[in-house]
Amino acid sequence: MAVIKLSEAKVNFIKEVCKSYGNKPGEVINVLHKVQGEYGYLPAEVQELVAKELGIPVSRVYGIVSFYSFFTMTPKGEHPISVCLGTACYVRGAEKVLDELKRQLGINVGEVTPDGKFSLTCLRCVGACGLAPVIEVGDKVYGRMTPDRVKDVLAEYK
Amino acid sequence: MINVTIDNKQIQVPEGTTILKAARMAGIHIPTLCYFELAGMKFENKPGGCRVCVVEVTKDFNGRPRRNLAPACATDCVEGMEVLTHSARVINARRTVVELILSDHPADCLTCAKSGNCELQSLAQYLGIREVPFKGEQSHYRQDMSPSIVRDMDKCVMCRRCENMCNNVQTVGALSAINRGFSAVVAPAFEQDLVDSPCVMCGQCVQVCPVGALSEVDDTRNVMAAINNPKKTVIVNTAPATRVALGEEFGMPAGTIVTGQMAAALRRLGFDYVFDTDFAADLTIMEEGTELLGRIKKFMAGDKSVRLPILTSCCPGWVNFFEHNFPDMLDVPSTAKSPMQMFGAVAKNYWAEKMGIKREDLVVVSIMPCLAKKYESKRKEFYKDGNPDIDYVLTTRELARLIKQFNLNLKDMPSEDYDDPLGESTGAAVIFGATGGVIEAATRTAYEVFTGKPLPKIDFTELRGIEGIRDAWVDFDGTPIHIGIAHGLSNARKLLERVREGKEQFHAIEVMACPGGCVGGAGQPYHHGNSEIIKKRTEAIYREDAGKPIRKSHENPSIKKIYEEYFGEPCSHKSHELLHTHYFDKSEHVEISE
Repeated sequence: MAVIKLSEAKVNFIKEVCKSYGNKPGEVINVLHKVQGEYGYLPAEVQELVAKELGIPVSRVYGIVSFYSFFTMTPKGEHPISVCLGTACYVRGAEKVLDELKRQLGINVGEVTPDGKFSLTCLRCVGACGLAPVIEVGDKVYGRMTPDRVKDVLAEYK
Repeated sequence: MINVTIDNKQIQVPEGTTILKAARMAGIHIPTLCYFELAGMKFENKPGGCRVCVVEVTKDFNGRPRRNLAPACATDCVEGMEVLTHSARVINARRTVVELILSDHPADCLTCAKSGNCELQSLAQYLGIREVPFKGEQSHYRQDMSPSIVRDMDKCVMCRRCENMCNNVQTVGALSAINRGFSAVVAPAFEQDLVDSPCVMCGQCVQVCPVGALSEVDDTRNVMAAINNPKKTVIVNTAPATRVALGEEFGMPAGTIVTGQMAAALRRLGFDYVFDTDFAADLTIMEEGTELLGRIKKFMAGDKSVRLPILTSCCPGWVNFFEHNFPDMLDVPSTAKSPMQMFGAVAKNYWAEKMGIKREDLVVVSIMPCLAKKYESKRKEFYKDGNPDIDYVLTTRELARLIKQFNLNLKDMPSEDYDDPLGESTGAAVIFGATGGVIEAATRTAYEVFTGKPLPKIDFTELRGIEGIRDAWVDFDGTPIHIGIAHGLSNARKLLERVREGKEQFHAIEVMACPGGCVGGAGQPYHHGNSEIIKKRTEAIYREDAGKPIRKSHENPSIKKIYEEYFGEPCSHKSHELLHTHYFDKSEHVEISE
């Protein structure tokens, strides 16, 4: 007997989300979207429970989670940092900004700092090309980024 | 009907026919790789992914040629269509496609388990590919080995037959395509090992895999080592379905019965005693049939706590399936062990005692049409003091390989008998190999025990057939008995759900995991989608039964003797100890952690 261990609040939330979509297998992407929106990531236990509630194999849920880059199984930091690597940002030096972030945080893309404060991801274009290069920390957008400014931006959250 | 012209041949086909099927109707061969059909078993795989079957549409619905080549397996014919299946352009494209597939394939055909049976190898030969012009990155995944199945995903061509089989035909759901682009692979959830997934080890994924990505665990070396060890007494037992399929590996037509030749070959390999799983199948009928009658009698006496229908428990893939998917019904299946495990228990207790052989000096080998049997033999409840009842399981394919290694040809073998006493069997035991056979065998015995009268007719043709779910009422001299049959696990799931919801009532249900029953087992010679082969094997099973002098399990003299000498009566204390088992809940449960 395999056991899925989750807190009561999580179990109730996930069951509620599945129910709001009529526990339909076809709604699995919407369900995962909503659950990730709440918890920031989709650990194995959560996928197991979603599969169980929608009556589909967990291999299929994992197939979807691993296919779409939007879904992630790594927890996000308290302040998730996204670096835009779209064309405009890229040609204006986004990669150097990214390298500096990696250096100062001591993590790679897709990872979280050991204290859980920051996580680092890349994305393509946030629609603010006029401000390129752009990074986001949480919901806040920082434009015209340079490697020199990284330290100051991070200091705002420490 | 619509008119199409394929390779200048005019034919009429029903609307909705693919170019591939139309070509086959016209006797034109279009090579395929990912495409797979098991006619009559409701299994068709046509992801249109490999592009090996591309054809040139020289006249499309609009009267003009189609610009791109079209995949024949996934393109429907339209009125007036003209198609070339082997133009220079097509052959060129087909070669490039296969060369590209080969550029990400480990070319280790010399030691590959599928060599000689590999559809990619055949294609490369057919297209005359002598070198792979494309060099680039290659996929690397860790190998995974369950007790039954080896996964070597470096060889996967992403045809997704296994995924389709696992999810749609079997509804097991262990495998799914995961990741994307170049790193896409078919794997269990979270890339865990098969053994930790809901895999039931039926092995149908292995049976349909076109390449060496999925294959059986090879136990031939272990068996040879045991035979070479002078301290060991090595005995063998052969499952019903192996005798109607082994011949195919030696060029005999499907449906050739090779029982006697197989026994002779096994003796030449050096087995000390050659026994028959069929003996244990007769024993299974005695135990399971008695259990069935016991439950029916209690039920008729008004005991509402009785669990009906009784479910057969011979098929280890099925046992795994209900342990994973029907944990609320674990007390419904018969507690009788499978014939193979009964054989092991009898051999290592009754027979070993009789012969004065120590348990640890006796090696029991099974020849099975099945991959799940390899796993079953390793279940811990079938061990005693660290020693298993069945030491090794070889598939029909592995046995064929061994026989060839010994420079023997089954065709030249004389027909020999099995050894006594664990080699004597009836026609009822043979039919265990085909869907509906176990329940027919049980019915033959249960009828006579229940009514006290001889059977008016031995053949219950109403229980035979190839439909995925069947049911029949059998008249037990005034008492109607409702029997259900399912083969293929999606059918089993449907039938069981109907029972669980109370929509239908049965007294007994037989389930076999593999399409067609054991004749279509994953350890049998590869059928490459030709369901005629499975039909021929089934017919042979019933021919073998019809030719047997005794056709009811309870009339087997060796069975009568073993009850007199050892077990007393069916479902006695002693038989419960050795011939019955119990089941485990393997489903996922949610537990509150904080």
